[in-house]
Amino acid sequence: MLDALKQRFSNWLFRPKIEHGTVVLTQRRIFILPTRQGLVLVWVLILMLLGDINYNLSLGYVLTFLLAMMATMSMLHAFRNLAHLEIRAGRADAVFSGETARFIFHFNSKFPRYQLVLRDANADSVTFDLAAGQNNEIVFSLPAVKRGWLQTGRLTLHTEFPLGLFHAWSYLHFDTRCLVYPRPLANAPLPSAPDGAGKRSIAGDDDFAGLRNYTPGDALPRIAWKAYARGHALQVKQFATQAGEELWLNITNTPELDLESKLARMTRWVLDAEMQGLRYGLRLPDSELPSGNGTAHRDECLRRLALYGLSEP
Amino acid sequence: MNKPLIYGLLLSVLMVTAPHAEHLPLWVSALSATLLAWRSYLAYTGHPLPKRGLLMTITIASIGGILIDFHTLFGREVGVTVLMLLACLKLMELNTRRDAMALIFLCCFIIITHFFYSQSLMTGLYMLATLFVITASWIHLHAPGITFKPRLSIAGVLLLQAIPLTLLLFILFPRVQGPLWGLPQDAFASSGLDDKMSPGSLGRLALSDAVAFRVTYRGEIPRRDQMYWRGPVLWNFDGRTWTPGQTTRSIAPEFSDAGQTIDYSVTLEAHNKTWLFALDVPDKISVPARLTYDFQILSPQPVNVRLRYEARSQLEYHANLLESPIQIQRARHLPPTLNPRTRQLAANWRAGNSNDAAVIHSALSYFNQQNFHYTLDPPPLGVNGIDDFLFTTRRGFCEHYASAFVFLMRAAGIPARVVTGYQGGEYNAFGNYYIVRQSDAHAWAEVWLPELGWQRIDPTAAIAPERVEHGLSAALPDNAALPFMARNPPLWLHELRLNWDAVSYQWNQWVIGYNSERQFAFLSRFGIDSLSAQAISMLAGAGLVVGLFALYMLRHLFKREQNKTQAAWLKLCRKLAKSGLPRAPHEGPSDYAMRVAATRPDLADSIQDLAARYIALHYGSSQDEIAQREFIRLAYSFRPSRMKSVAML
Repeated sequence: MLDALKQRFSNWLFRPKIEHGTVVLTQRRIFILPTRQGLVLVWVLILMLLGDINYNLSLGYVLTFLLAMMATMSMLHAFRNLAHLEIRAGRADAVFSGETARFIFHFNSKFPRYQLVLRDANADSVTFDLAAGQNNEIVFSLPAVKRGWLQTGRLTLHTEFPLGLFHAWSYLHFDTRCLVYPRPLANAPLPSAPDGAGKRSIAGDDDFAGLRNYTPGDALPRIAWKAYARGHALQVKQFATQAGEELWLNITNTPELDLESKLARMTRWVLDAEMQGLRYGLRLPDSELPSGNGTAHRDECLRRLALYGLSEP
Repeated sequence: MNKPLIYGLLLSVLMVTAPHAEHLPLWVSALSATLLAWRSYLAYTGHPLPKRGLLMTITIASIGGILIDFHTLFGREVGVTVLMLLACLKLMELNTRRDAMALIFLCCFIIITHFFYSQSLMTGLYMLATLFVITASWIHLHAPGITFKPRLSIAGVLLLQAIPLTLLLFILFPRVQGPLWGLPQDAFASSGLDDKMSPGSLGRLALSDAVAFRVTYRGEIPRRDQMYWRGPVLWNFDGRTWTPGQTTRSIAPEFSDAGQTIDYSVTLEAHNKTWLFALDVPDKISVPARLTYDFQILSPQPVNVRLRYEARSQLEYHANLLESPIQIQRARHLPPTLNPRTRQLAANWRAGNSNDAAVIHSALSYFNQQNFHYTLDPPPLGVNGIDDFLFTTRRGFCEHYASAFVFLMRAAGIPARVVTGYQGGEYNAFGNYYIVRQSDAHAWAEVWLPELGWQRIDPTAAIAPERVEHGLSAALPDNAALPFMARNPPLWLHELRLNWDAVSYQWNQWVIGYNSERQFAFLSRFGIDSLSAQAISMLAGAGLVVGLFALYMLRHLFKREQNKTQAAWLKLCRKLAKSGLPRAPHEGPSDYAMRVAATRPDLADSIQDLAARYIALHYGSSQDEIAQREFIRLAYSFRPSRMKSVAML
């Protein structure tokens, strides 16, 4: 009963809600409480006041009141440090599991602000100052542990500026998310006998077949750097196997037993196939991606691997 | 913790400890200075902080030093010493933000201990400066990335915002009359007259510029040679030192009033003794006090805060005409064997004159005619001090003359006693009051004559009348040793000093002397005459000021993003209203434009065009910025000339 009431109260007070777009920290969204150091100061001030009364120190009264009023005003300053801040969640580029996801937030402030801390429930945090003006980009880094969608959850933006006597905070829960690809195996040779359409061996990979002009999106290792250094235009080496060859990456061909390891090997395959400039397709139990080539194709393959078997949140 | 922050904290500690250097043992200041220098060096070079063991050793050694020096671990000086060393040692183990916060609180606390020693205006200003430095470091601690300028400006803003609130609280916060618990004996510094007088004791005071008290006369101002401020009265003489002595039986003080009364108020500096000063002889006083049998005014408690009182005195009097035999006996007593030549001299005078007044006259003319000198720097005297002074050295300060005169009188059988106090004072025209300084300390004599009672005789006046009429600097030929204000400084400097003293006087009256009575008197002028009214007005006032600051600081929260299109349209409507065509509340833009066009055909084209644009922009879905700008430009340049065209039609 009490717990339910508490829950209702905190729901009313904090209004948990996932938001998108630009959030403005209005008065209603900012909370403020004294810190432990603020309470210590209260004791110090009481002690000082007793001394003032006992020794009848008029200037002591002045000092005590000055400190007390500065502390009071610091509450307003702490509040102002958050008030009317405009925050927009930006992009978060996909990363591999084991790397660090970087969520970008855009802050918009009319005046400089200091020592803001953005923190999530697991105490990952970033501390920053904001200059006056548009679009301060703040990167909130989170370790990407699992494949799939990574979300920040409810974030707390708090500040104890300027005197550390008051803790002002606000909750931010954006719908921003970061795609986490499976972590690729360190080393896994591409399947040598791909099933399906591609029958020929990929051993002919090294048969050099000539140069063609560079188009954006070509793999960097295939650029004819030597020719470029000689003063020719940027050109790409072409190999005999590329034409007409199709490599099928099939999850049933992975030797591992558990799904995550299978996906890890598949990820390595996708990366290697792309690196070698092969045309490759992806075959998963529930879907199939026709063969292709290029960054966009690779990302789509990785995306399917990342989300395989997971329900969209 | 970054270097600038550590330098800021170092400066804070330096500022709060430096004023204490003057009244603490030398080793404490030296140790603090060493620790501060060491810490600065560590911060500068980036070396690691010293080990805990070393700090513990220093701590234990300092406690030992305190025990050796003060013989106790309690009391004011010890407390200040401990706080100072604590702050310096805390600097040496500054690892976390929490350490720094503890140091900052400690610094604030040490500031308060300055006020035991001084609460002057300068101390107040110094406190503000110190607090500013501390606040800047405090902010820096909580925002390591903040640069120098915003750090100072935020500290300044915080301080400036706190000042009006502090003023409000200072005036309205209910004052409780202290003390809440017993004050330690050494709670307040004392300087000034003592209840003992030996050769050199007043000469020492003459070197002090410190203010003893200030006087404002209500009506007539007495002549300078009537300004004898009575302090301790000394009866007993042991050959060297005069002391008050003790008496059991005495008659109540009594004097006949001979007419002239003087009303005045005195603001007495704390001197940690019980006597209050008044002109000879006091008649009335506004604070609880007791008049002793020898006309001293004693306060029930030592005066350890500045005290203001009103008093009234009789300048001409016959005091204790019927003195008790015991007192007369005391006033004739001398140590048995000392100073034989002086006794002989007095006996000779007595033998020549049966008249007391003639003996007194002989003594004064002896001082006047026998090449005596009035000097701050008399040669030392032997066991028979009075003999040495009267017959050999003949150089002395007022205590020598008073002492020798009283001895002579007693030797001649005339009852006499020494009175110490202050004589004269300096007029401050800027505040219309007199300043009496420690350098005005004086000693004189009183003799009892059967038909006159106790009468004041100032032997100093016989040798150096300028001392009484013009003050110390006039009486001493070589005044290099005198304090600044007792000399004759250049006029402009003198005026500056007097101006400053006038400001200090007001400061003492209104800031330092603002106690519960003064608060009540001040607030009841505004109809705040109860504790609850005081509390309510304090809270309401503080709330109001904080609210105003909040409104100002958070004004951007309340400012709406203005719709420029609408603002331009409304401006257009106001212009038309001025030229006699106000828009009716129910009229939309197109109706209004039609009505205007009908009344003012000359405006018809432009107003209808503007209305159409406004409708498209404000009610339409298009967000065309160029069209919007064009509309705003047209609306602002729209000029309906007043009815001139109608007249032409």
